[in-house]
Amino acid sequence: MVEKEYICIICPVSCDLSLTDDNGDLSVSGNTCKRGEIYAKNEYTKPVRMITTTVAISGSVHPLIPVISTDMVPKEKLKECINLLYNLQLQAPIKEGDIIVKNILDTGVDIIAAKSVKKL
Amino acid sequence: MREIELVIIGGGPAGLAAAVKAYELGLRDILIIERDIELGGILQQCIHDGFGLHRFGKQLSGSSYAQKFIDKVEEYNIPVYCNTMVIELTEDKKITAVSPQEGLLHIQAKSIILAMGCRERTRSQVRILGTRPAGVMTAGAVQRYINIEGWKTGNRAVILGSGDIGLIMARRMTLEGIFVEGVYEVMPNLGGLRRNKAQCLDDYNIPLHLATTVVSVHGKQRVDGVTVAKVGPDRMPIEGTERYIPCDLLVLSVGLIPENELSRNAGLELHPITKGPIVDTTMMSSVDGIFVAGNVGAVFDLVDYVSLTGEVAAQGALSYLRGQRTHSNSIEVIAGDNVSFIFPQNFYATKDHKDNEKATLYMRVKKTMKKVRLEVTCNGQIIATKKERFATPPEMLSIDIPVDKILDGQLKINVLE
Repeated sequence: MVEKEYICIICPVSCDLSLTDDNGDLSVSGNTCKRGEIYAKNEYTKPVRMITTTVAISGSVHPLIPVISTDMVPKEKLKECINLLYNLQLQAPIKEGDIIVKNILDTGVDIIAAKSVKKL
Repeated sequence: MREIELVIIGGGPAGLAAAVKAYELGLRDILIIERDIELGGILQQCIHDGFGLHRFGKQLSGSSYAQKFIDKVEEYNIPVYCNTMVIELTEDKKITAVSPQEGLLHIQAKSIILAMGCRERTRSQVRILGTRPAGVMTAGAVQRYINIEGWKTGNRAVILGSGDIGLIMARRMTLEGIFVEGVYEVMPNLGGLRRNKAQCLDDYNIPLHLATTVVSVHGKQRVDGVTVAKVGPDRMPIEGTERYIPCDLLVLSVGLIPENELSRNAGLELHPITKGPIVDTTMMSSVDGIFVAGNVGAVFDLVDYVSLTGEVAAQGALSYLRGQRTHSNSIEVIAGDNVSFIFPQNFYATKDHKDNEKATLYMRVKKTMKKVRLEVTCNGQIIATKKERFATPPEMLSIDIPVDKILDGQLKINVLE
């Protein structure tokens, strides 16, 4: 039997969740709504996170452009995704929402520009 | 001297929302003055997600949220002076500003919306002893260096203060290859939201030390370490608990204060707790025709609220310009049980209101509570209530009050457990 503690990140109430894994039979306590139960189970089986970082860009006022993922990616792939993004060099102009990397590391998630950057 | 109907000082979320709203209400003679080289304000350096859930129904990054408004300003061709700093504002609404392109500018505004935002508390405001080397920075400064300018601000960081900006920056610095030794918080409880602790500290195994503070900074040219110590209930360091931590960066996330040098200059009356101008529910300050929007009035936790106050201020400025403002009643709203402050502080009561018109009041509570009831009373009679599952000091609460119910009498808000 495995027991895990989580702080729910779904809403500001931030419930303290306890998850018990009894030979694959998962149960959650401490949650005050259904979303908390789903969060704890996901967090235990396949935790996911958003990616937000910056990518190098030339031909613009600032040397960086912020980017964001269109959905959450598996937590264990976060670092690898970010390293991939750090090795890119983009060129202005770019419009907010433009795809920077399609289907990053086969996660099914795109990385898009989080700002419009004009050419100098 | 050039005359302009509405001048908006500050092109961040509050100023942008005010400009867009004023245009949509039919005003054309608008000018936005922004001191940075681009619009967007602090949102441009907030690359993390979590913005705009109320307004856009999804969690945008700060820069995307700003972009939505910047696109509107461009679409409407609203005049903007970037890289322009307002250096003086007078009670009769004369503005002096400077910029490399325009030189010295003198403007006579008919109405003004102040949207200068807030400023971070610095080292001197939290009185940390020791030497004064490079490498002691506010969290917002580090955020700008890393996210906009592309500098690495150090290799080994200590963060003082567990507000949301400090937590966000702990994660950001870690991803940027800066080792974060720990987050230290003088209070016995977390300053920011617990979900931010989970995502930003726990995910990266960054320790949080409560009831602990930085007592001294060491280093000559550059920080080479700090001394931390546990504090007692009086928040004073406990002797014998000092610990030396080698680091080359001390990041301060120790609170925000509304930026009101211009407001003071113009004679606006400020509130001792919010540190911003005292306003009524149309966002007008104590000076006729000068309105306030966003964090310059009170520090908000959500940008959605900041934009809303910008829109209310735009509406207020329009009514003022069109001579529709009647100086009937300004009723003080009293912070009752468990409420630390209410913003706006005064209720603008008028008989000329639309049907079902509502005014929004924002407030912060004094302590964390579960299952609360907000209760607005006028002369002891309940005129509005709202239930919340949860209330905590880092998060603002809001309540809508029907304008037609306001009588001439004391208004009070209680938050009851």
